[in-house]
Amino acid sequence: MIRGSDWMQKVEVLAAWLLAFLWAAPLLYAVWAAFHPMDFVSRFVLTAPLTLDNFRNAWKVAPFARYFFNTFVLVSITLVGQFILCTMAAYAFARFEFPGKEVVFLLVLVQIMIMPDVLIVQNYQTISSLGLVDTILGIGLPYMASAFGIFLLRQAFKQVPKELVEAARVEGAGWLSVLWKVFIPLAKPTYLAYGLVSVSYHWNNFLWPVIITNSTETRPLTVGLSIFGAPESGVNFSVISAGTLLAVSPLLIAFLLFQRQFVQSFMRSGIK
Amino acid sequence: MKLQREISSQVYAWLLLLPALVLMIAFTHYPIVGSFITSFFSTGREGRPSKFIGLENYSSMIADPVFWQVLQNNFIYALGVIPISVSLALFMAVCVNGRLPGRSIVRAAYFTPTILPMIAVANIWLFFYTPQIGLLDQICGLFNIPSHSWLGDTSTALGCMMVLAVWKDAGFFMIFFLAALQGIPPELEEAALIEGSGRWYYFRRVTLPLLMPTMLFVMVNATINSFKLVDHIFILTKGGPDNASSLLLYYIWEVAFGFWDTAYASTLTVVLLVILCLAAITQFRYMEKRVHYQ
Repeated sequence: MIRGSDWMQKVEVLAAWLLAFLWAAPLLYAVWAAFHPMDFVSRFVLTAPLTLDNFRNAWKVAPFARYFFNTFVLVSITLVGQFILCTMAAYAFARFEFPGKEVVFLLVLVQIMIMPDVLIVQNYQTISSLGLVDTILGIGLPYMASAFGIFLLRQAFKQVPKELVEAARVEGAGWLSVLWKVFIPLAKPTYLAYGLVSVSYHWNNFLWPVIITNSTETRPLTVGLSIFGAPESGVNFSVISAGTLLAVSPLLIAFLLFQRQFVQSFMRSGIK
Repeated sequence: MKLQREISSQVYAWLLLLPALVLMIAFTHYPIVGSFITSFFSTGREGRPSKFIGLENYSSMIADPVFWQVLQNNFIYALGVIPISVSLALFMAVCVNGRLPGRSIVRAAYFTPTILPMIAVANIWLFFYTPQIGLLDQICGLFNIPSHSWLGDTSTALGCMMVLAVWKDAGFFMIFFLAALQGIPPELEEAALIEGSGRWYYFRRVTLPLLMPTMLFVMVNATINSFKLVDHIFILTKGGPDNASSLLLYYIWEVAFGFWDTAYASTLTVVLLVILCLAAITQFRYMEKRVHYQ
């Protein structure tokens, strides 16, 4: 490790910590506001009384239980759909030769740059002609054939040693059982990485769900949160903080517990 | 016999691809082509079906001051957010990669905004920017700076948005630099140590050139992000005041789902697609050069 002068070293550590404080501050501030009465929202005294009223109010004002359920369903069906579709497609790209393979793969890559997120106008019409407006399936469907997932899994499948595949074939395993017994188990880390990225993406996604949903029965947390946090709802900031923390807590707790896996998953998702 | 097996394996491959391809074409390629086609037609209304009008949508777009405003906003937004968030990300990565006391806490702090929904953080930031009772005004009050309507003023609204975007993205970009830094062989540093080169010199002449491919990857991603992520506008300003903080995709949403003018929204989408394509071409062209580094 090349070290600068002691003085420079100290400045750098200080800057790193200051930046970390700035980056953590908004969330810490929301925690402060959520656990204290509204009077203390911008008065930081250590003797301020702690309260859970804000959480109770938030839970009463908005149907959070329903939003949680909707988000959970959305994230699950999207992930299951992605796993199935991307596994099949990636298997075709990694292990089969067929005419037109390169062209089809280029077509898939188009989606890495132009995601369904920006094609809201036309996709709304498609979803509406399928009769899927205001359904959870309608939110998830455009994302299920994910180029990104196909790309990652293809990469993982390509690294499976040929000998393993041949050994399984010699034992009389068909292509599907080779996929199931050899490829999928060996690609587990990739599934984990892709799963984490996908779950965080769809847990947080907003623009498309807000377009597709228009009832409590289908709205995911982000859309619920936007209605709840709007000035028209007349809820004070302490309650909004409490609701916001409720909505982000599952992902946040998972992140704090499995920090390494999260960081590595996001890393893996960008490099290849 | 051999030929037969080959054909059956080809059929097999296409069957495996089919479900993903159908959905992908339906929700990516078809709408891309559809946006182009729709942009040459008028929006169908009750009793007035859609008809071919050539370039009329484009000429009204060129005459639309709001279009130019949001396009300008979006470029200012990108030119502000990208350099700041990318250089902060690089600084973060270098810090976290070194021997920093409390390294894992610092890393967690940098990365946390990445996993929070934009809507949630916008809810929190909204309160920072609120005049008088908001945190920003309270801090300004300590220094006797008069209260200011940060989000209600055309000169500060877009800036507020940019600060939030930098905060949200820097930690995400950090991890790519971190991965690249960890891939630099330690022998290089030993060699530099023997030569007695300084820290800054080493960073400028060795680390930075080796990080260039990552830098490009991050830049392209940052560009795409600044054109496709508009969630915070819904909470903070709704594009206002006077479209001062509106971005292209938000305007598309407004035109499509506020005014229900599908044809014009498709025309605007075409512009967005062209911008995204240019970003993609830049990346692919430099990706080829990347080979020389390795």
